[in-house]
Amino acid sequence: MKMTTDEKVFSVINTIFMLFIIFITLYPFWYVIMASFSDNSAVLTNQGLMFWPQGFNLNSYAKVLKNNMIYTGYSNTLIILLLGTVLNLIMTALGAFVLSRRNLHLKKLLMIIVVVTMYFDGGIVPLYLVVKNLGLINTRWALILPGLISTYNLVILRTAFESIPASLEESAKIDGASPFKILWSIILPLSKPTIAVLVLYYGVGYWNSWFGAMIYLKDRNLYPLQLVLREILISGTNTDMVSGADSQVQISETLKYAVIVVSTLPILCIYPFLQRFFEKGIMVGAVKE
Amino acid sequence: MKSDKKKNKGRLSDNKYIKDIVQNREVYILFIPVLVYYIVFKYLPMTGAMIAFKDYIPSQGILGSPWVGFKHFERFFTSPRAMLVIRNTFKIGIANMIFGFPMPIIIAVLFNEIRNKYFKKMVQSVSYLPHFISLVVVCGMIRQFTSEDGFISYIVAMLGGERQTLLNVPEYFLPIHVISGIWKEMGWSSIVYIAAISGINAELYEAARVDGASRIRQIWSVTLPGILPTIIVMLILRVGSIISVGYEKIILLYNPVIYNTSDVISTYVYRTGLQQFEYSFSTAVGLFNSAINFVFLFATNMLSRKFSDTSLW
Repeated sequence: MKMTTDEKVFSVINTIFMLFIIFITLYPFWYVIMASFSDNSAVLTNQGLMFWPQGFNLNSYAKVLKNNMIYTGYSNTLIILLLGTVLNLIMTALGAFVLSRRNLHLKKLLMIIVVVTMYFDGGIVPLYLVVKNLGLINTRWALILPGLISTYNLVILRTAFESIPASLEESAKIDGASPFKILWSIILPLSKPTIAVLVLYYGVGYWNSWFGAMIYLKDRNLYPLQLVLREILISGTNTDMVSGADSQVQISETLKYAVIVVSTLPILCIYPFLQRFFEKGIMVGAVKE
Repeated sequence: MKSDKKKNKGRLSDNKYIKDIVQNREVYILFIPVLVYYIVFKYLPMTGAMIAFKDYIPSQGILGSPWVGFKHFERFFTSPRAMLVIRNTFKIGIANMIFGFPMPIIIAVLFNEIRNKYFKKMVQSVSYLPHFISLVVVCGMIRQFTSEDGFISYIVAMLGGERQTLLNVPEYFLPIHVISGIWKEMGWSSIVYIAAISGINAELYEAARVDGASRIRQIWSVTLPGILPTIIVMLILRVGSIISVGYEKIILLYNPVIYNTSDVISTYVYRTGLQQFEYSFSTAVGLFNSAINFVFLFATNMLSRKFSDTSLW
């Protein structure tokens, strides 16, 4: 089909707009990467945008990779992420399974108990007091247990379980399989796509979270990566990063940029593979509405 | 006779539940850990929120602490801080909604107008990216770029502003909060609309083209009406949560110099509760926050049920 002049003008303007979107989305990352390779003094005196490194300097990377808190943060985050996600999935699957059973008299009551918590909560202080009274302060459990089940995810999984035809369980039931066995060997394998989405939701949640760690943890050896980053990037209180060599009281600019690169690179590397799942995930959530 | 029947009925319904529990005990057992979780981490804090009406003394416990009625609420509402944080909460919430809501719709519609499949896929993937960057890193970047020697401060200075750390200027906090929010989420939020657009019947575009409708006319008369139901649902969700302004991003960005424009109810709850340990007072303010959040959600839902077919419950 031939394009009219109007159409061409529209296409050109739209393409320019899209290039603009790409630029404003990616440029901040580009700036961070370029600045991380630059001389600190050059970054400080640089005026405006930066397209190439100002000078070339790998000192900040050397310093970041020598910093133990980054490694500690990474390993703490991985421990919490792996352990937490597994527990999240077990608990969410149990809840979704029971609430998806047909002909349970108490199902409605249990569902209400669960869903009410989406609209009401006690607030951060009462939750803090519960965590404190359970003796979880300064333990990794404080970062996992309070968020063991996301009710939103539970509802998503329940919808997926409900869509599985009852006839598929019949033969197992006749063989006398226990409900747990039915969940484990029939329901879960049939819900793999939804489970994958939940793994990502829970996993990303752990990767990004810092607030719980900030209020519950005192021991810096337990800090997850994001809290270490907060010390370096936001409050500037990470004293390990200030070495005597450059005799600066502040953490140098290039060092902050290098920290951003080192902490965000893994996400950028797996992003292309994850993106597909997430797109599907947001639709899984949308079906519920 | 009558009472007998009633008694019988009562016993029967008792039996019904007991029979159900006995029969399905293996299913119910699986729910016990779930129930324990909800009781301990959801309902216990809800009942713990009663300390808003007490003077909580840790050594006496939640139940043992003395009741004081609405003392903490009165203290909050008579303090000058109350009006400030309530006003900021509304300002930030409404600004985020007015500027943040249309953007994903606009770019979803324009994504749809890209004819080159690969370019389209690429722009979309790029636009989703910031959603996956952690809040701490994004806020770290914002602080860097808006510091006195950051490139955003440079651009602001070029446009006639003063070269300074932008996050120390009270008036700049709102635009920084809103613009960074759009930057981070506009691509990701557009997915819902992209999905809605892909559900529009292609024949409608065909017919519009035959009638000689321009591209802009097609957007106006086919695309937008096609995604209107989605827009309405998203709008209800958005308006319902308009004033539940999150504390995490603000805590990462603000400082005492700009509390006047950046302190919201939730950050105030955090500071008074977990930094100054005024547990009861902070819980009272938090309860007030939850209450107005709920009123908004409830009201928007009522309105939408009245004026359209879409509602959340």
